[in-house]
This record gives sequence, C-alpha cells and structure tokens, in this order.
Amino acid sequence: MPSEKAIKMNRIIKAIWVFNWFNSCGFTELIPVVGSRWDMERFGMIITPTPRHADVLFIAGYQTWKSLERAKRVYEQMAEPRVVLGLGACTMSGGMYWDSYNTVKRLSDYLPVTMYIPGCPPRPEAVFEACVKIFQHVKELK
Amino acid sequence: MFILRFVVAPIIAILGAIFVGLIIMGIDRILAARMQSRVGPPLRQPFWDVKKLMIKENIIPENAISWLFNAAPVICLAVVSTILLYLPLAGFSPILAAHGDLIVVVYLLILPALAKVIGGFASGSPFASVGAQREMVMMMSYEFPLAIIAVSVAWLLSKVHPSLDAFSLQAIATHPVWGLVKGPLGIVGLILLLVSLLVVTPGELSVIPFDLPDAPTEIVGGVLAEYSGRNYALFYLASAVKLVVLPSLLIAIFFPYGISGLFNVGAAAAGVIDVVFFLVKLFVILFFSVTCVHVLAARLKIDQLVNTYFMAMTAVSLVGLVLIVLDAAI
Repeated sequence: MPSEKAIKMNRIIKAIWVFNWFNSCGFTELIPVVGSRWDMERFGMIITPTPRHADVLFIAGYQTWKSLERAKRVYEQMAEPRVVLGLGACTMSGGMYWDSYNTVKRLSDYLPVTMYIPGCPPRPEAVFEACVKIFQHVKELK
Repeated sequence: MFILRFVVAPIIAILGAIFVGLIIMGIDRILAARMQSRVGPPLRQPFWDVKKLMIKENIIPENAISWLFNAAPVICLAVVSTILLYLPLAGFSPILAAHGDLIVVVYLLILPALAKVIGGFASGSPFASVGAQREMVMMMSYEFPLAIIAVSVAWLLSKVHPSLDAFSLQAIATHPVWGLVKGPLGIVGLILLLVSLLVVTPGELSVIPFDLPDAPTEIVGGVLAEYSGRNYALFYLASAVKLVVLPSLLIAIFFPYGISGLFNVGAAAAGVIDVVFFLVKLFVILFFSVTCVHVLAARLKIDQLVNTYFMAMTAVSLVGLVLIVLDAAI
C-alpha cells in the first residue's frame, strides 16, 4: 500500500507545472523544450505565468546576489509541494563565472535545490529526465 | 417525480457538463498542438490537472480579503452550473424551464465574469487588479451584442407566433429561427446575428485573442494570479463547464435540430442519438470559434477589444436586427 504522500506525488508527476527563473543563456537554450521539436506539453508539463500555480521552479544560469533575493521571493510564493531544479553548470559551481565577486557559487547553499542538471546548457532530454526523476527523488527523501 | 426532476437531473447535467467540458478542453489542447506541429498532451490531461490542483496547498495571500477570495471560485462554478439548468440540452427541455428564460440566461452570463472580478480585486495583487479591471471592461463590451441577439430572436418569435412565450428557450428551440423568416433578407440578418454570437463566444470563454483578463505573458495570469490549489481548480472546472454552456446557448438559438427523427428507433435510442449529435454540434462550434481562432490569432489590446465588441459586433448585430424587422415588414 503506497503512502498518502506517494499517492499525492504520483498525481503531480502527471501534471508538472513549471515556473522559470532564468537569468542567462539557459533561457534561450531551453526554448526548444516548449517548441515543436521536444514539446514538453505531451508529458503534461506547461509553463505557468505565476509562481502560485507552479510545482517546479527552474533556476537556470548564474545567480547574482541581487537576483538571488528575487529567486528566494519567487520560491516563497509557490504552493506546497514544491521543488527547485538547478539548471546548468552555473548553478552548481558558478560555471564560467566561478571567480566573479558577485555570483553565487553554489545555489543549494541558499535554496533547497532538489536536483541539479549539469550541462552548459543542459539538453532538453536531460530536463525531461530530471522532471521524471525529481518527484521520485522527493518521495525517497521523505 | 419531483426528486427525479430537481435532484437527479441537475446532478447528471452538471457532472456530465464537467466531464464533457474537460474532455473538450483536452481535445482542444491536442488539436492546437497538432496545428503547431506538436504532439500535444494526452486526452486525460485536464483531469490530471484538476486532480493535481486539488492536492496542492491553498494559499490565501496576506493582503487578500479572505472570505471574498475564497467565495469567488465557488460562486463562479455554481453560477456556471446554474446557467446549464436553464438551457435546453440535447433536445431535452430545460430542467428549470418554468423558472427562467433567455433573459435570466443573459443576466447569469454576467455573473461568472463578475465572480472573477471580485476574486481579482479581493486578492490584493496589482496584477489581479489590472486583470479584474480588464474583465469588467470586456464584460460590458460583449453584453451589448448578446442582448441585441436575445431581443432579435425573441421579437422574431413573438411576431410569427404571438401566442407563445417569446423569451422561453424551449419555445425558441422547438421553433427554429431559420423557419420563421420569410425571405433572403431575414436569412442574411440571422447569419449576421450568428456571426456576432460566434465572436462573443471566445470573449465569454476568455481565450486568445480575447484573453486579456488572464494574459499570462503580460499580467501573469491576471485575475487568477494569486489563486492556487483548490480555488484554482474550481476556476478551472468553471471554465470547463463554460465550454459547454456557451455553445449550448448558440445551439438552442440557431441549431436546435435533432437527427433522431431520421432513424426508426425507440425512445431511449433516439435520446442517445440526440445526445451524440448534440456533442458533435458542440464540438464543431468550439472547433471553429475557439480552437482555430486561438491558434491563429494573437492577443488584442484592450481598445481593440472594446472596438471589436462595442462597435463592430454591436453594428453587425444591429444590422441583423434591422434586416429581420424589414423582412417581417415586407
């Protein structure tokens, strides 16, 4: 008998709504995910206009100290259950901006990032795989 | 008999409308995706969306007036379901036929938009306030052509059959308007009225190009910006039921024909055939007036929208009314 939380998570896996917090090149490289080549809607994923509707927060690209404050506010506005996905090398290590004085080196020091997707930028296939895995991952965590 | 008519029948009608509305929403999303050479979501996607929204946290913003904020989605779904009971669906007479007519339906069609306005203002967010103002402007613009259509149809019916209750939707549905006019002038007038009702339909449903109150890329979801969880699911269901209500009104006025008379079958089978044919009509109307339009068009500005409805569509429906009157006079 699966737990109540597992049943809830199964419902969310069928309809993942995404809010994008994209600072840099991650956004332009992820447009194909919405378009006709990869088409995220066939997996029930749509991009929501407001964080209130979202289940997943995509954070792509390097975060500066100022944009980090806004990212935190966006995260606080989301409804539970919610998860954060870090996209690209920049969120993991600062990427090519690793020695800059005003970029965040590791996002999980400031936000509860559940999963990182490596790549500069990641391929759309990797994003889909992450969306399938992320809720499984959350289920295992708690 | 009383229980059957006022308890069982409404429950079947409302649950059926929610089911059909969500299915049509799924078909609409698939067709829109195919037109953009995408694969599109599965047919059951809207059901999964609602199921998911039901388990999400229901956030009430700190600035919101909480009782109004929570009441708005309930009012919206309740009113949309109530309209359904005044409409003749699939050849059956309206469940509340004795308690209201076309005028009640035209008035009730304002209320879902009004509920969204209340919810938008109550949520205390600037985006929602802008969305609510736009919703109000839009509501005022498309109500006028709608009222002209209702008056024209009722006038035509009262002219030809003075003994009937002209505003009763059942009377309108049993006496199709195309048979009431005498010559080509009247037919042209009715076609103009049909065109203006077809243009009002996407506005009432607030889909692109008339989705100004929601405008995801512009005012982040507008009136729905602060809604999450169960409240948002109720708005989602209300928009699904609306997808059944508005085409049903159009069918009742302009295409109330059934095909069960063509087949030599029993009463139950005839009912099934009529329901299926009704769903086909519903789907065809939505395909041309909603799906095709929202794939092809971009969002209008608010002044363009007001011009479309308050100037162009009012003019079209007034010309239609004048032609019908001329047709009856000569």
